[in-house]
Amino acid sequence: MAEAYSIVGGRLIDPEQGLDGNFDLHIADGRVLAVGAPPQGFEAARIDAQGCVICPGLIDLHARLREPGQEHKGTIASETAAAAAGGVTTLCCPPDTDPVIDTPAVIRLIRQRAEEAGHARVLPLGALTLGLAGERLAEMNELREAGCIGYSNAAHPITNTLVMRRAMEYAASCGLPVFLAAEDAFLSPKGYAHEGAVSTRLGLPGLPESAETIIVARDLLLIEQTGVRAHFCKLSTARAVQMVGEAQRRGLPVTAQVTAHHLHLSEMDLGYFNSDCHVQPPLRTQRDMEGLRAGLASGVISAVCSDHQPHDPDAKLAPFSESEPGISALETLLPLALRLGEQRVMSLPDVVARLTRDPARILGIDAGHLRPGAAADVCVFDPERYWTLAAEGMHSRGRNTPFLGWEFKGRVTHTFLAGRLVYQARD
Amino acid sequence: MSLSHRDSVQLDEHGRLRHFLTIEGLKRDALVEILDAAESFATVGAQTVKKVPLLRGKTIVNLFFEASTRTRTTFELAAKRLSADVLNINVSTSATSKGESLLDMLHNLEAMHCDMFVVRHNQSGAAHFIARHVAPHISVINAGDGRHAHPTQAMLDMFTIRRHKGDFGALRVAIVGDIMHSRVARSQIHALTTLGVPEVRVVAPRTLIPAQVEGLGVHVYHDLREGLRDVDVIIMLRLQRERMQGALLPSEHEYFEVYGLTPETLAHAKADAIVMHPGPINRGVEIASSVADGPQSVILEQVTNGIAVRMAVMSLVLGRPPEAEEPRTGGGHG
Repeated sequence: MAEAYSIVGGRLIDPEQGLDGNFDLHIADGRVLAVGAPPQGFEAARIDAQGCVICPGLIDLHARLREPGQEHKGTIASETAAAAAGGVTTLCCPPDTDPVIDTPAVIRLIRQRAEEAGHARVLPLGALTLGLAGERLAEMNELREAGCIGYSNAAHPITNTLVMRRAMEYAASCGLPVFLAAEDAFLSPKGYAHEGAVSTRLGLPGLPESAETIIVARDLLLIEQTGVRAHFCKLSTARAVQMVGEAQRRGLPVTAQVTAHHLHLSEMDLGYFNSDCHVQPPLRTQRDMEGLRAGLASGVISAVCSDHQPHDPDAKLAPFSESEPGISALETLLPLALRLGEQRVMSLPDVVARLTRDPARILGIDAGHLRPGAAADVCVFDPERYWTLAAEGMHSRGRNTPFLGWEFKGRVTHTFLAGRLVYQARD
Repeated sequence: MSLSHRDSVQLDEHGRLRHFLTIEGLKRDALVEILDAAESFATVGAQTVKKVPLLRGKTIVNLFFEASTRTRTTFELAAKRLSADVLNINVSTSATSKGESLLDMLHNLEAMHCDMFVVRHNQSGAAHFIARHVAPHISVINAGDGRHAHPTQAMLDMFTIRRHKGDFGALRVAIVGDIMHSRVARSQIHALTTLGVPEVRVVAPRTLIPAQVEGLGVHVYHDLREGLRDVDVIIMLRLQRERMQGALLPSEHEYFEVYGLTPETLAHAKADAIVMHPGPINRGVEIASSVADGPQSVILEQVTNGIAVRMAVMSLVLGRPPEAEEPRTGGGHG
């Protein structure tokens, strides 16, 4: 029997509809039935959302699920369960799985596994180049037919500018956006930390700011030439944000995202080689962090992503530069974003917009809103609830996070996917 | 929030050295204590019986993941002169490229009831990593990790400087060469500034100076003559040949022309300036033979002093009074 719910008594925030107020939400048959008064005779299970925020399910543009290829770190089932616990109902996975997402079969496998698990929608990005090798174009039309929603070369730089130009042109003719990682392979062949005071002190080979900005500059020129819709993933420098902002003002079809951890951590957090802070791109300066926050507040950056990368314990059990980069981050995406509201970087509705409406627009999908008739992907969270992140409380298989022991304010209480309750907080 | 308990891993709860991983963050008194202790060990090598019984019954493991005959030898000699038993293990990093196998090796050595690991590794932070994961009764001495730190080398340099110059508070010191890749330079800079040297200079082409090095409290010079003007101490660094391939330098020839220490460039320093080098030296690349072997050179003294300083560090770290010792659990490390 189809589930039906009335989520009542909460503050409903839906930036797409411009809604922010005390509205009840009624869902049935997987869809939003009504906002406000229920249809006559509507009978449903009641969920008391007193004191809570009701918003569209979160959309995470960058999360690695580790399947196929690295199931010892996580599976589509385990990591989408973590997504549900974090209020995330839709997530994009980059194509650097094993095998790489450069054939329709891998896309179909991922979609099928995600449907079987039933915790979240998984939208794969297809490879821009075969094997992500940066040489031959992937069969982008085939990948689109199989259901990818954009193309990316993940963290593998395309060093040949001509190949990059052709990849953009071809992607543009397929009608899908390209997701770009901005890292110059030559300026940072063995860099692990932001090149600056901290990398100098610790003797860690550095990744200079220019490793990002040079590629952003190159790619912006190619975007202008090719007309492709482009999205910069995981910007980490204030200068790159400025450059993207200028390009947007010139009318280029370009958007950008930032990870939640780059909004709260800087190179100083490396302490003495804290490998949980080993991320790619590296944590940069306080000034960069402020630049990213300002870019997010102004809308130049229109999405916050988790950059979820679950690891087995051994991956971080090594000297800093030999540890694997990445944070298990799906469950801290919302609380870290909510901190921006607490710290008055932006309003709560704007925070919600960067996690729902704006990423949906980047993807060009009909999601991230609670219009009647829309798929009932809903996140309910208590913005006043304090909690402390503990490894044993995490749903992801990866416990690799520098935020263990942090006290957060704001916790997901319910997550609905297509009208089904896929997560409910126990406490 | 970054400065958690993990960062003070080398000090115990009483603020005393439990490991010796880096000079950074140590107080001046701690450095002076090492220098004073080294002074008392300096005569041991000249005695007929070159041994003191301080660490009798202790087992020290020289765990070298990177080749280094000289450093390993001086650590071995230092340990033996303290009457400790010494085990030398040279490990290729490929054998421990995964973290767990490195830790497996450490735990096996712990199970053999070793007391101290002297660790040399090609990755910055390796000594900190090992110190965080060893059993509570084991101490770790960093014998050089990546580009990060080489604290005993820096202390033997300080010992040599003190013997020649006495007071640190009136010195000008120039460190010349590949600052970028040098763990020795980083530790020297921390030691010099902690001991109160008012002016520390680094001299190198822009390609060999790391970003924002001024933050460590040094002045940057790209001109050797200017950088050496009126200094009391010159520390030359070894230049690795592979720097040419990395497009950091055009040629050894040009480097020597511009940054080589010759009698002519040495004349810009004070007349009684001493010349130091952590070795092994590249004659005709960073230093002329006539200077390396000249009257102002203290390079061989540094080698001799290295043993006394390493004895001092080992005895301070391991020679904790019994009441300060933690129970030998052999496990429960985390």
